[in-house]
Amino acid sequence: MIAFVLRRLIQSVIVMIAVAFISFLLFQYVGDPVSFLLGQDATPEEVREMRAALGLDQPFFVQFWYFLGNAVQGDFGMSLRQAAKVSGLIGERFPATLELALVAAFLALVIGIPMGVYTALRRGTFMSQVFMAISLLGVSLPTFLIGILLILVFAVGLGWFPSFGRGDTVQLGWWSTGLLTLDGWHHIVLPAVTLAIFQLTLIMRLVRAEMLEVLRTDYIKFARARGLSNRAIHFGHALKNTLVPVMTITGLQLGGLIAFAIITESVFQWPGMGLLFIQAVTFADIPVMAAYLCLVALIFVVINLVVDLLYFVVDPRLRVGKAGGH
Amino acid sequence: MKKTISRWLDSDVGYSFRSSPVAIGAAVIALVCVFCALFAGWVAPHNPFDLAALELGDARLPPAWHADGRTKYLLGTDDQGRDILSALIYGARISLVVGVVSVVLSVVAGVVFGLLAGFFGGWLDAFLMRVCDVMLSFPPILVALLIAGVGRAMFPNAHETLAFGVLILSITLTGWVQYARTVRGSTLVERNKEYVQAARVTGVAPSRIMLRHVLPNVTGPVMVLATIQVATAIITEATLSFLGVGVPPTSPSLGTLIRVGNDYIFSGEWWITVFPGAMLVLIALSVNLLGDWLRDALNPRLR
Repeated sequence: MIAFVLRRLIQSVIVMIAVAFISFLLFQYVGDPVSFLLGQDATPEEVREMRAALGLDQPFFVQFWYFLGNAVQGDFGMSLRQAAKVSGLIGERFPATLELALVAAFLALVIGIPMGVYTALRRGTFMSQVFMAISLLGVSLPTFLIGILLILVFAVGLGWFPSFGRGDTVQLGWWSTGLLTLDGWHHIVLPAVTLAIFQLTLIMRLVRAEMLEVLRTDYIKFARARGLSNRAIHFGHALKNTLVPVMTITGLQLGGLIAFAIITESVFQWPGMGLLFIQAVTFADIPVMAAYLCLVALIFVVINLVVDLLYFVVDPRLRVGKAGGH
Repeated sequence: MKKTISRWLDSDVGYSFRSSPVAIGAAVIALVCVFCALFAGWVAPHNPFDLAALELGDARLPPAWHADGRTKYLLGTDDQGRDILSALIYGARISLVVGVVSVVLSVVAGVVFGLLAGFFGGWLDAFLMRVCDVMLSFPPILVALLIAGVGRAMFPNAHETLAFGVLILSITLTGWVQYARTVRGSTLVERNKEYVQAARVTGVAPSRIMLRHVLPNVTGPVMVLATIQVATAIITEATLSFLGVGVPPTSPSLGTLIRVGNDYIFSGEWWITVFPGAMLVLIALSVNLLGDWLRDALNPRLR
């Protein structure tokens, strides 16, 4: 167990260093920061001073070391486009993205799992075929198109929900939340549904497949032979074992939600990190891109790690297998 | 030609094709899309790139069945008076070209790396698989966006001309990993089979063993993956173009058309967005269905 945790930790650190290295390369070599800061008509003297001030005259690995040191402290320098610190920009956008992703994940789970269970238990009925058809459409529909269609129907056509922005927010220390106001909830509906649909179809198909698999196993047959009610078998025995892989995938997909949030935020002008990133990409704002990359990598690595550890906690076979020394 | 077609229809795969209405339907739709794209110049009623033919007076006309629509423009016109149907056909061509080219490139890269890793093993295998691990732990759209962004930063002035190259490169670089993994896995299995050992004993060169003996036996999964990846690549292209980092507006793909139309949905001109969007879904759905069918047809366990 400890060896496993250590190995995963070391792997995570290696991934982070690799990502930090890529960010560093971007940072130093794509787009010349010196000519950007000084303008085109700087004297060679000024350029040299600026290079020294930025530490660009140091050896390569010394520079990387400084970069790492700063990055660990969350310091990624100044945005090239907006006259503000990158860490500040990301910090004020982060709550919006996280709230959006969490609400979407919640929706996907709460709707996706029952739909998956239903289609597995009532295979071949009209409703479950409808669900399966919807899920195929959900996989083929690109996220941005779902967003546009929802805006078209529910914002422009019916006028039920607003189509852009976060609405009223409440400040809790440095965290601005839209989940404490009615207006905020009103605004989060469409973007959260957009973000949730793809995950929802994925979870539904996964639960269905796993459930069908589990229902064929011997212990379910044995439970039936014991005369347990369908309800106890389906929800007490089968569903519990179905949820292990579902938990893993959902955990990993939470990272995917943050990435897909780029698209959703862009459609709904949701003031989160994704919108910041897409603006940075459009204007080649390298420090913001590098910082976003590092932050997303960190989130991914942490989620992966937690999921791996949870797997250990949930699935006793893994622990036994390791203890047996295979 | 006729003979090969009838022979194909008699084969196992052909039989499963004939007996699957979904596959036939999807194939017909996909073929129609490809045909329209290839012969866009003849199929499209107007040439959307001919600036002389554009009339601003015709801008933002609704579809023909609408009271204000004109039969000349079956699906209406966009903000510059371009015929939506024609723009859609030309757009589908660009989407298909970008999708197919990037899939072909990633198949080639993935197959080569996968074969090398699986056949030789050792540090090369370990290194390539670690790279795959890192790439797979990030969503493709994020990696593609990043590459597109870096491309922009490196060539700030030339991105109109380079946009296609950067776009295709970014989709390719995110796509090859899957093929490399699949091919490596199959190669590891094939490598230890008797026919490969026999070839090795008789002194066949490793490159020849890989290309003539191992490769034909790993093509099945690669074909299935490639079909599905065409749909993924088209959607990725559309997404990047929609976000403004893909195809330049001078030669709009479906994603670019949707992006343009997105500005008009609040003023009620829904057709500028909805029709390109429907086209995109139609292509993606038919290709996905074909891929699903191919996977079942080529899976020996299901026969």
